[in-house]
Amino acid sequence: MSAASAPSLTCTEPMLRIPCPWCGVRDESEFRYRGDATRSRPDADAGLDAFNAYVYERVNPRDWHTEWWLHVAGCRRLLKVVRHTHTHEIRSVEAAAGAAGAERSR
Amino acid sequence: MNSPQPRPDPPTPKRSSGGRYSIWRLLHEGLRGQRGWTRAWAKATPRPRYRVVIVGGGGHGLSTAFHLAAEHGITDVAVLERGPIGLGNVGRNTTIIRSNYFHPENIRFYELSLGLWERLEHRLNFNAMVSQRGTLNLFHTEAQRDLFTRRANQMRLLGVDAQALDRAEVARRVPLADLDTGRYPVLGGFLQPRGGTVRHDAVAWGYARAASAAGVDIVEHCEVSGLRIAHGRVTGVETPQGFIAADTVCLAVAGHSSVLAAMAGLQLPIETHVLQAFVSEPVKPVLDVVLTYGAGHFYVSQSDKGGLVFGGAIDGYNTYGQRGTLPMAEEVTAAALTLLPGLARLRVLRQWGGVMDMTMDGSPIISKTPVEGLILNGGWCYGGFKAIPAGGLTTAHLIAHGAPHPAAAHLDLGRFATGRTVDERGVGPFPYLH
Repeated sequence: MSAASAPSLTCTEPMLRIPCPWCGVRDESEFRYRGDATRSRPDADAGLDAFNAYVYERVNPRDWHTEWWLHVAGCRRLLKVVRHTHTHEIRSVEAAAGAAGAERSR
Repeated sequence: MNSPQPRPDPPTPKRSSGGRYSIWRLLHEGLRGQRGWTRAWAKATPRPRYRVVIVGGGGHGLSTAFHLAAEHGITDVAVLERGPIGLGNVGRNTTIIRSNYFHPENIRFYELSLGLWERLEHRLNFNAMVSQRGTLNLFHTEAQRDLFTRRANQMRLLGVDAQALDRAEVARRVPLADLDTGRYPVLGGFLQPRGGTVRHDAVAWGYARAASAAGVDIVEHCEVSGLRIAHGRVTGVETPQGFIAADTVCLAVAGHSSVLAAMAGLQLPIETHVLQAFVSEPVKPVLDVVLTYGAGHFYVSQSDKGGLVFGGAIDGYNTYGQRGTLPMAEEVTAAALTLLPGLARLRVLRQWGGVMDMTMDGSPIISKTPVEGLILNGGWCYGGFKAIPAGGLTTAHLIAHGAPHPAAAHLDLGRFATGRTVDERGVGPFPYLH
């Protein structure tokens, strides 16, 4: 199930409200942030530069950002969220399982 | 670095700096009805080329410009600021200075900074209200006592002041604190007597005045929209006022370092996060140290106007939104009321959020970059204010000599790939945890 098709996922102050596909719209305090979800682990022989980029370098956009959120105080599922880092608007939320790159996520 | 031959600096223009400030001047102006004061620094319009362009007119940008002029005689410098001077993070922080770190590299760097703070007002001829009232970190468990003792010993080995306080001494120094409330009663404290606070606006203005008087152009409302790069070398910056050529471009835009670095095609080991701070309504003196709570993330001091200035941790997810949300405000105020229950009777006068470069090891970056002539001063996490004097001094050294200052050599970008990270908290490459 994906919430990406929901008509409006706008988040405004005073806090993030993340629409969990299992639990519905919940406060940010129920979740733990797990960082950038666009990175995927290089092959073991990819070399130092590839691993340096994977472990340390981030795009850090002032724009749409794909990121992991763990619903620790809810269903305990890992979610892949697309959120704007300036407006905090949330464009899509989907289950990590089945999402691109999920099998290699932490 | 294979840099082109630097041209001789053009003759330094005669600049208004409002004259030298002194007690005699105050008396003199007082008798003349205060009519003799002039602008403290000159607003400049940019020339088409400079030897050094510094992007960002915050504390580190202005301090770098001042030290380029003062230590290295390089005055063909422009500081480009997208807004007005003093309204960024340098004018909106909790104003704490200290050097109470654990890693020797950090102790040396921040001690250099603290020493510069102690001589700052004399050097700049500007009253920055440097107040060495002491920073007091409380501990609440035996394990925390061991950690702080280890840190204090490390500092003392390097000749930096640190002392342990027992519970009775904490109670004597901070009568406002409730040492018994909650699950984690206060067992004692770790004091750095030379730590304290500085008037943040005065830091921006003092450096701007001194740099301007030395011939540096400070250009407000000039947002850099692009970096021009040819054959792997930076040649200047694009602005709404046109292209400005430069031999060296220094980015001092912490909070937005990734955005500027992206203009040069670089990715940095940085995420941008928001940190909130709060000020209460002003009251009579109740707290004469900088106090930090050890069973949560909370620090507080009382400003000279009487407001209690306090803050906590970052909100914890990537954002460029300079505001902050309520869950962290609640966490900070909960810690505040646990330690200082009397604060419940005060109103919060204002709250604000500033965006921070959070690095992968929690330590800053003062470094050359893979682009020739492009220098980065950034990654200050939420500790940039106390580092302003040393950050400027060491960045100016790097620009002038093409090699890092010994006190900041460990802050180079290459440390990540080679595993020489300086991770004070020991949490690894997760910026939202630092």
